[in-house]
Amino acid sequence: MSDRIERPPFVLAKLDQLITWSQKNSLWPFGSGLACCAIEMIATAAARYDIARFGMELFRASPRQADLFIVAGTVTNKMAPIIRRLWEQMADPKWVVAMGNCAVSGGPFPTYAVLQGVDRILPVDIHIAGCPPTPQGLLNGLLLLQERIAKSHPTKEIFNPDARR
Amino acid sequence: MEETTILEALKRRFPKGVVDASAPLGDATIVIRKDALLEIIPFLKEKPYEFAMLLDLTCVDYPERAERFEMVYHLFSLAANRRLRIKLSVPEDAAVVDSLVRFWKNADWLEREVFDMFGVRFAGHPDLRRLFMNDGFVGHPLRKDYPLRKRQPMIPLRK
Repeated sequence: MSDRIERPPFVLAKLDQLITWSQKNSLWPFGSGLACCAIEMIATAAARYDIARFGMELFRASPRQADLFIVAGTVTNKMAPIIRRLWEQMADPKWVVAMGNCAVSGGPFPTYAVLQGVDRILPVDIHIAGCPPTPQGLLNGLLLLQERIAKSHPTKEIFNPDARR
Repeated sequence: MEETTILEALKRRFPKGVVDASAPLGDATIVIRKDALLEIIPFLKEKPYEFAMLLDLTCVDYPERAERFEMVYHLFSLAANRRLRIKLSVPEDAAVVDSLVRFWKNADWLEREVFDMFGVRFAGHPDLRRLFMNDGFVGHPLRKDYPLRKRQPMIPLRK
């Protein structure tokens, strides 16, 4: 029929949903392996547990190319300024996962030398307990993070970048 | 047997410097006076004993003692396959010990560690700075009276 007007197909969606859908399925982790938790994080990225299934297979070596900060291991007081600076170098929007008991609360090191939880210096989205957490534990935490991102409202952050923190 | 021989020899050679000599659990140990360190160490380093290696140099805090700190040195003789432990007491108000850097280079960082953790100073050390803690750190964390829960973060904490 010649009189039919050809229209491109379209989808109706809330802007927030569209943005969070793309954000949560394309996380770029910055793996900061500070202690033994790093081994489990690496195992999570390897073939057996395959973090690529959730759209985050590319661990970046530079914070400027990442939006997910996985703090894997003990943060000492001397390391804290460096961790804080790495986080500041990441572009918004960004998320922080505290992996393992050390990053959550200082873990087995209630001492003069260790920061008692990375949430003392960074806004942590997900805490993953374990010493170290298994790859399943890390994946569970990351799936929780994806759910959390899906429920967030990135459009609010246009005018107030700190709304999430 | 050998342990007894070397302990006897040291007691004979340094009757004033060596306070006590024993071999608990077979580990030859001498307790010496602080000011005798610099005459005993060269003697042990030369033949016939040849303690060529400084295995460890550390400190213990005994707050209940009159002389609060106790330095502990572990020597090893490669030639004789023999170990020797040297202990000496250091009072808190004059916490200065002679440095052993001129005899063993590894004493440099070991002494810096002891200075960092206990606040014991070493006379003749070439570069006595903190080794582990940051420069702004106040106090010496391995002293028994350092508060267990005291934290000195390098950046301001949240909340």
